[in-house]
Amino acid sequence: MGKRVLLIEDEPNIIEAIGFILARDGWQVATHSEGTEAIEAIRRETPDVVILDVMLPGRSGFDILSEMRADSGLAHLPVLMLTAKGQVKEREAAERAGADRFMTKPFSNAEVLASVRELGGVA
Amino acid sequence: MPRSALTGTRIRERRMALGLKQADLARTAGISPAYLNLIEHNRRNVSEALLARLAGALAADPAALAEGAESALFEGLREAAAGATAAETPPESDRIEEFVGRFPGWAALLGARQARLAQLERTVETLSDRMAHDPHLSDSLHEVLSAAASVRSTAAILAETEDIDPAWRARFHANIHADSERLAEAAEALVAYLDASAEGETGLSSPQEELEAWLAAKGFHLAALERANPPDPDTVIAGAPELATTAARKLALAHAARYRADALALPLEPFRAALAEHGPDPARLAQVFGVGLPVVFRRLAALPADAGGRPAGLVACDGAGAITFRRPTPGFALPRFGAACPLWPLYQALSRPMAPLRAVVEIAGRGGGRFLAYAFCQPSHPQGFDGPQVLDAWMLILPEPGPAQPGDLAVGSSCRVCPREACAARREPSFLAAPD
Repeated sequence: MGKRVLLIEDEPNIIEAIGFILARDGWQVATHSEGTEAIEAIRRETPDVVILDVMLPGRSGFDILSEMRADSGLAHLPVLMLTAKGQVKEREAAERAGADRFMTKPFSNAEVLASVRELGGVA
Repeated sequence: MPRSALTGTRIRERRMALGLKQADLARTAGISPAYLNLIEHNRRNVSEALLARLAGALAADPAALAEGAESALFEGLREAAAGATAAETPPESDRIEEFVGRFPGWAALLGARQARLAQLERTVETLSDRMAHDPHLSDSLHEVLSAAASVRSTAAILAETEDIDPAWRARFHANIHADSERLAEAAEALVAYLDASAEGETGLSSPQEELEAWLAAKGFHLAALERANPPDPDTVIAGAPELATTAARKLALAHAARYRADALALPLEPFRAALAEHGPDPARLAQVFGVGLPVVFRRLAALPADAGGRPAGLVACDGAGAITFRRPTPGFALPRFGAACPLWPLYQALSRPMAPLRAVVEIAGRGGGRFLAYAFCQPSHPQGFDGPQVLDAWMLILPEPGPAQPGDLAVGSSCRVCPREACAARREPSFLAAPD
């Protein structure tokens, strides 16, 4: 398939699990585990889809997403946000910040895969 | 016979003690005997001018006739009225004395219900505040959810992937193992944390209230710690029925430890002797014994109940203005929850650490009185130069006889129930109409 996904998440075991699922589906998986240099990582890896965790060390996912949407080079990238709190407040904040999809932990592998495929324009 | 809280009853008692007839007193005060009868049975309020005339005719101090020993009940009823919503029929707030006089049982019940309501509202507020702002709780929940997410995702892979590489399988098993441990620990910590704090906040009273109930039962005087070789503070609080929660016991222990230190610095007998010689002048006493003002304040408020003298009131607050100690005195209401009157000398002292203050204050409203307040704020640096400055302010409250003077500082107990409409420091509207 050749599509690239960048997973910005600090939990190593979640990285392994999601990475495994996506790789099996044909995705090229890149990962980054903290917030302060996440934007650089996005520019460097040029993904087709970004999975972004809200709670990252160094910088919040909302912050990163806002910067992405303000940057003409990154604004178009589809983003799936992951969070460990599912309240309405967080969902609304994610929509305002510009997330395309929002998923709470614990998530289902099948749903994550389906969302990423949808966002990447894969049949 | 216990002193009545009600002005009318006191007038009647005084008149009868002097052997005066209603007709004679009424004539002297310039009112009809029928009206005086209504007043004596608490069916009518007495204006300040009329009270002054009646007091004159009875050779009594107007303040003594008007002061309410049960001002706590009146305060509670005023708060209940303040809480009435616009949709409810407004209570007859100018007839509180009559209500208490006619229906003491109902009035006491309403007062008790109001106290309970205020407590519950505070509990709910604290609990929902915690859900939103407690960082420990938030972190714990996040930990639980992250570990659960990892376990779920990894387990699904193992269960659903048919031809999984043995190296990957082993890796995922190890991950699940590690995350399950994490999950178990996080869940246990969460349960323990919620268990421990539920006790303090959903119980019948807050720890501070339990401490105050215990102290009130002892008259704020801990005789056991007044001996020459006082025992450990633990022994004093052991077995106290009022101290039900751990938090209350901790507060009581801290109080007892401080009391013990104060008693060692200012032993009772020499202190009483100095008091007899110099009078209740805290600055003089502090000088005589070579101690700071807060110690003197606390010792004055911890004297054993002597026949006749009214106990000194004492209030303390921290740097945020939150009240940390309360010894009430009749006529000077100390609010249970929320903020007190910003004009209290206590808060003026807080903004000027190390500068002693003295003021004569007049408490607004029926049941309020005139008091001499001493206030002092003590800064400390428990963590040395690198730590924050911690402020501790104290206000000693002594009765001040005599009629109101122009120089008196007009204060209240709390804005919501205070009748002083034109107060410069008013923080929120009062439910009370303008005073007569």
